[in-house]
Amino acid sequence: MSAHAVEVEGVAQVFGARTIFRDVSFEVETGEVFVILGGSGCGKSVLLSLIVGLRKPTAGRVRVLGQDMYAGDAGAHGAALRRIGVMFQSGALFGSMTLLENVMLPLEMYTALPREGREALARAKLAQVGLGDAAGLMPAEISGGMAKRAAIARAMALDPPVLFLDEPSAGLDPTTSAGLDALILELRRTQGTTFVVVTHELASILAIADRCIMLDRAAQGVIARGDPRRLREESADPTVHAFFHREALAA
Amino acid sequence: MGLTVERRGAARALVLSGRLDATGVGGLWSDVVRAAAAARRRALILDLSGVSSWDAAGAALLLAAERAHGGSVALEGASADVAEALARLRQAPRPPPAPHRDALGWLYRGLAAIPGGIAFVGEAAVAVLRLPRRARLFRVADMLRHADEAGVRGLPLAVLLGFLIGLILAFQSLVPMRRFGADIYVANLVAIGLVRELGPLLAAVILAGRTGSAFAAEIGTMKVNQEIDALVTLDLDPMTFLVLPRMAASLLVMPALTVVLELAGLAGMAVVLMSSGIPLAAISHQVTAWVAPADAIGGLAKAMVFGLVVVGIGCASGLSTGVGPRAVGQSATAAVVGGIVATILLDGLFAVIFFRLGW
Repeated sequence: MSAHAVEVEGVAQVFGARTIFRDVSFEVETGEVFVILGGSGCGKSVLLSLIVGLRKPTAGRVRVLGQDMYAGDAGAHGAALRRIGVMFQSGALFGSMTLLENVMLPLEMYTALPREGREALARAKLAQVGLGDAAGLMPAEISGGMAKRAAIARAMALDPPVLFLDEPSAGLDPTTSAGLDALILELRRTQGTTFVVVTHELASILAIADRCIMLDRAAQGVIARGDPRRLREESADPTVHAFFHREALAA
Repeated sequence: MGLTVERRGAARALVLSGRLDATGVGGLWSDVVRAAAAARRRALILDLSGVSSWDAAGAALLLAAERAHGGSVALEGASADVAEALARLRQAPRPPPAPHRDALGWLYRGLAAIPGGIAFVGEAAVAVLRLPRRARLFRVADMLRHADEAGVRGLPLAVLLGFLIGLILAFQSLVPMRRFGADIYVANLVAIGLVRELGPLLAAVILAGRTGSAFAAEIGTMKVNQEIDALVTLDLDPMTFLVLPRMAASLLVMPALTVVLELAGLAGMAVVLMSSGIPLAAISHQVTAWVAPADAIGGLAKAMVFGLVVVGIGCASGLSTGVGPRAVGQSATAAVVGGIVATILLDGLFAVIFFRLGW
């Protein structure tokens, strides 16, 4: 098997006459926290949706855990999906189910565990993200930060080796955001989970990222890659410099 | 705010005075733009020396006058701030031209929806064929919940509508039929009309209004909230997980809704006929003698097909929901309109088929 958890090769996405990005390539090593960053509207979430198999790219190839996400039969595609977990920006919890039922759903579908086993496991996952006492609540009854934590619990229900998180800190207060960062680092340390995180929260990037790529809307692609702390100190690119130093770019 | 148009040599000057701000420019906007456009062949001067205050709305008016004129425009009496604001506005991209409204746009949009509809039917068929291998994805509890919402909770409405329709049909038929001494045949007319046509049709309309729209809104909201994406990334096929239980529920409830509606309609008819002096035994005899089992079976078969189509359109509308809360409303509307139109078209088709079959 490939040593890379994720391989993105020459990916491009075009909507009508609008090119979102082109020729995006990178690899994510197993066990690292890899961040896709950039300003609003540069295509970070679109890139994530291509990687997790939601939308076929206009060009290029995506491999996750050695499986091409857009080649092979439906069975192979399904098997690849069950080896990843995705947390969406809004949490995307199923509104008609309690948090416990949300986390139990993948276990119900893809394990032979009896109900009590599924429930025990789901409660353990919720406790791991700090929601042990909120299992019976509905998604409409919890805060945004709790929804994101519950979504992470659901995403890791089947203990996938790779977790994709879309804007985990967006809209959260600094304390809750720091708590999510700590959770990501703890999961990486205790379970060796590989993380691909889409975010533009500078504090979060600097706290969790081993490596990153930076997308830029004007350049329609990657303008920087590497250790974000080094990029902050050393990058001569005005867009990268402005991003890491919270400066406004000249028009 | 005031406007005076002056001649200054070969040029025209629009002399503005008072407050050039959001509260002041509205009343004179069209006058200023018209005057600027009228001065197109001459140089234009915008004289702001009488302006007491200004804001971005005032600068926007100056830009509109400049663009209406299209040629050389000079600013007089303007502070550096006004000139700077105007320069900033000039850099903003012009609004795109309004989309061309085609008179036949609704027809194109309708035709464009056909491939999506065909794809939906294909995907649903594939999901049904794969169901034995993915039985876990089909949640019976969900199906029963949908059957409860679509059927059990729709029964009072079916009873009310059925009773009223039976009553109205009988009353309206009774008056002309009585002139020919054919009062008793009103029972045959209404019973056959209800069992063969109106029962299934009205049940489908109830299903479209209550359930098709609800399914479209529920699934549409799930789409907007990325819950459908979450299902896909969990390898839970939305067609099997969301659509098939709803379609199966419609198959369960439509015959029941139709039968209840027809019985209520017959009761409504009986009330009218009995009040006109026809005994219940005679009414009952007419109905049982003239309504054949094939009529009832054909009507129930139609009802099941209508149910599948109405719910299918509701689910397809939900799955094709765009972005934002408005899109959810549009999906719900499309589900009701599409469901009712498809039901009536199908009813016509069934009428031809049953006629050919001699039913």
